[in-house]
Amino acid sequence: MMTPFPPPTPKEILARLEIFLICAGSLLLVVFLPLLNISGTIDNYTLNLWGKYLCYGILAISVDLLWGYTGLLSLGQALFFSLGGYMMGMYLMRMIGSLGQYKKPMPDFLVFLGWTELPTFWKPFDSFLFAAIMIVLLPSIIALVFGYLAFRSRIKGVYFSILTQALTYAAALMFFRNDMLMGGNNGFTDFKFILGQNLREPATQRGLYIATAVLTVGAFLICRWLTKTKFGLVQRAIRDSETRVLFSGYAAANYKLFVFVLCAVLAALGGALYVPQVGIINPSEMWPDKSLEAVVWCAVGGRGTLVGPIIGAVSVNALKSWATTEYPDLWLILLGGLFILVVLFLPKGIVGIPGMIAGAFKRAPKEEAPAEPAAAEPIVKTEAEA
Amino acid sequence: MMNHQVTKAPSSGKLSLLLGVLLSWWLILGASAAPPREVIANALVAEDVAEQAKLVGSLAGQADPLIPQLLAKWKESEIYIYEPTEPAGPKVAVLFVGEKDADDKFAAVRVDTGEPLKDKDGKPMRLTTDEATSADTDANLRLAMKVVLDLIAVADPDPAKRLKVVQQMGLDQDLEKLPALEVRVAGEPDAKVQRALKEAIALLQLKSEDPAKQIAAAKTLATLGSIPAQDALKTVAREGSPPVAAAANAALAEIAKHLQLVNTYGTVFRGLSLGSVLLVIAIGLAITFGLMGVINMAHGELIAVGAYTTYMVQNVFGPGLALSPFGMKLHLPGFGATGAAYDAYFIAALPLSFLMAALVGLVLERGIIQFLYRRPLESLLATWGVSLVMQQLLRLTFGANNVQVDSPAWLSGNWTFFDVIFGWNRVFVIGFAIAIIVGTHLLLTKTHLGLLIRAVMQNRQMAACMGVPTERVNMLTFAFGSGLAGLAGAFLSQLGNVGPGMGQDHIVGAFMTVVVGGVGSIFGTVISALGIGVVDQSFQQILGNPVLGKILVLGGIILFLQWKPAGLFVTKSRSLEG
Repeated sequence: MMTPFPPPTPKEILARLEIFLICAGSLLLVVFLPLLNISGTIDNYTLNLWGKYLCYGILAISVDLLWGYTGLLSLGQALFFSLGGYMMGMYLMRMIGSLGQYKKPMPDFLVFLGWTELPTFWKPFDSFLFAAIMIVLLPSIIALVFGYLAFRSRIKGVYFSILTQALTYAAALMFFRNDMLMGGNNGFTDFKFILGQNLREPATQRGLYIATAVLTVGAFLICRWLTKTKFGLVQRAIRDSETRVLFSGYAAANYKLFVFVLCAVLAALGGALYVPQVGIINPSEMWPDKSLEAVVWCAVGGRGTLVGPIIGAVSVNALKSWATTEYPDLWLILLGGLFILVVLFLPKGIVGIPGMIAGAFKRAPKEEAPAEPAAAEPIVKTEAEA
Repeated sequence: MMNHQVTKAPSSGKLSLLLGVLLSWWLILGASAAPPREVIANALVAEDVAEQAKLVGSLAGQADPLIPQLLAKWKESEIYIYEPTEPAGPKVAVLFVGEKDADDKFAAVRVDTGEPLKDKDGKPMRLTTDEATSADTDANLRLAMKVVLDLIAVADPDPAKRLKVVQQMGLDQDLEKLPALEVRVAGEPDAKVQRALKEAIALLQLKSEDPAKQIAAAKTLATLGSIPAQDALKTVAREGSPPVAAAANAALAEIAKHLQLVNTYGTVFRGLSLGSVLLVIAIGLAITFGLMGVINMAHGELIAVGAYTTYMVQNVFGPGLALSPFGMKLHLPGFGATGAAYDAYFIAALPLSFLMAALVGLVLERGIIQFLYRRPLESLLATWGVSLVMQQLLRLTFGANNVQVDSPAWLSGNWTFFDVIFGWNRVFVIGFAIAIIVGTHLLLTKTHLGLLIRAVMQNRQMAACMGVPTERVNMLTFAFGSGLAGLAGAFLSQLGNVGPGMGQDHIVGAFMTVVVGGVGSIFGTVISALGIGVVDQSFQQILGNPVLGKILVLGGIILFLQWKPAGLFVTKSRSLEG
């Protein structure tokens, strides 16, 4: 039927362009930025900052996969992010060894609380492998149990948001307590080594950055694949009308549960990489407004696209880094105002801007669903902003 | 019962003394006696020791500040007895005052009149210490003095102070104070102090040597349900002879029972008051979120607006207020009122905080929310942005620290009934919550606006078709809900901190309350607020840890919604997605 080399349709050209841009963006993040750092063009601080932004990017993808694709606005993603961070933090605390303030072979805060021997649940965290397993396992178990309960009784929409917020709030209150033995208010800090490498070395930080970049690209690709399968279709169908999906014989709850657990794991992985790069984890990281902030990144970048959240996380945090030093008093007003404007005038976020402009030219600005393939252009835009 | 105990006093000296004191006490209650300084002077010159003790004892129950001064001097042998020689006259009690002069002489002052001692020519006399003998005291007399002094302490005209002294005496368990208390208990007019006196007497008697008395005291303490006596009873239970220990243990069990009862009532009361606070906070949300479906994350900041309005009104009534928003200098002059007029600020602050928050809500609705009625999740995000902006504006205007809001005098007291402490502000907030609920209910069911609100909330399009100005109704409803948040803020300013971030502390709880009650049901919000309040306080009582209690409540709410996903009271709807 088809000729061996058909001329590419505009759609195919767009698809090829998209693949090209994804490859280019990935290469830039994973290979070129670290190379530029080795050659000294980008200083260590900036690279570290980018590592942090990308961790937030992973968190934002997890929010988006839930909110943009499945219609579940979870205000608990910061909980999973911090849980991953805490698990990694426990490993890092053990790696300090006897180099702490009290020169005892256990974390300082435990010595301070009067413990003479390491509590049992801390012991296996000597092993990185165990910590890595826990990073994935603990958030998924919590997500599984909570999600099972929530989806089974068909809690959705606003109720789901408020419940996840309550869960996060309760967890934050718990982690603030000293007798949780997780560092209380101060959390974990003063890390020294990871996998035998000194955390203060630029090479270690670079390695962590590369791991983060690889994870970001990996998460992006996996989610991209997932959303293009039939699974992704059902997911979006649930977002648009869950009742119809149910009537068509799909077990919507199971789909939602799977996405919820997957996103919890994604967020936890982001958190686990975040902690060694930032050097601290404490319960304020899971305070309810952190989750809301992640939702902001997602909305600013463009929800319902996969590249949007990354762009949103990077750009909002870059703006935050700049504004908190330049205008410390006005930063919150800026963030809040930006948010109001985005919700009111840019429902599709930054990613949606080209589509809006194109729509304005076509004089047909009617378009209901968020446009997925528009993902291509803004990758370039991120770099321009950076 | 009192007299019974008195007659059983161990030493006969004490017995007669006490009887004397008691008798004179009754006499004094009946008729006014001679001025205290004369009585003391007479006692000083009296020949007979028993007569001296009787006279001193007759002072019992008088509150003249001279009595403790003079008695203290007597005890320390600083009062002298002078016997005039030419012409010979009766003995005179004198005090030496001022500095010694060259002849080792002092100026002398008569105890009975407080005037200088005069010789036969009417000139002030100066005496050496040798010319007079110092008045001494014996044990019986000192006991009588002590009774008088203790009685003065427990006879403070202010019942509250009296209560404190008596309670302290009970806790000190000083057996020497027993007679004074036993005298006082007979004539004490105030019921609360009366009870405290009985308690203190029993506490003191626990220390006595007589096992029968100890057992009686333990029984008295048990019937009184004396909570502060627990420690003393435990000591007796440990150290006393077997029958006494048994009585003490029985009393302890009785008190524990009483304590449990008190704690239960206290918990219920605190739970109700916490529930009322939650209710006051959540009722505004029940309107904007429950009825209108708008998730207003800035609700907490509307509460803060109300609280800061109260703060401003307070300062306008008082000394005025200087603000510096965005580097501008703004000075609000104050009336400089004090006392009751100043306390009245709160009355003025209530409507003003309602209006202020309603105004802010109105602007919010017109500026942002009206575009988002069809997108509830996005209204959550936009209003969160609003909340950030408002927090920062408050911080820039009033400073990042908490501000001080004084409670009016009529809100700051408390009332103890049956060992349960009722703070006036807590009682008031319960009453206030009731008033708000009744007001809201009346507005929604009995007024024309209420009818329109319900119509629009049930079916916006149909209402519009029937000619209801839905835009206006939305606007007014949202403003009303916001105003209620402002009222809540005015109240929270009396109960907790007022700071730019205060709204954030309450917003999660408020949403929980509305969701548990069932979105769209005001009645559900009432029940859920009170329920959450009581459960929260009970957990705190049982666990002794507020944070753990809070966590358990949150966990409990999550589980509760498994059972009733739409809350306590479901608003029925035929809509598939509803």
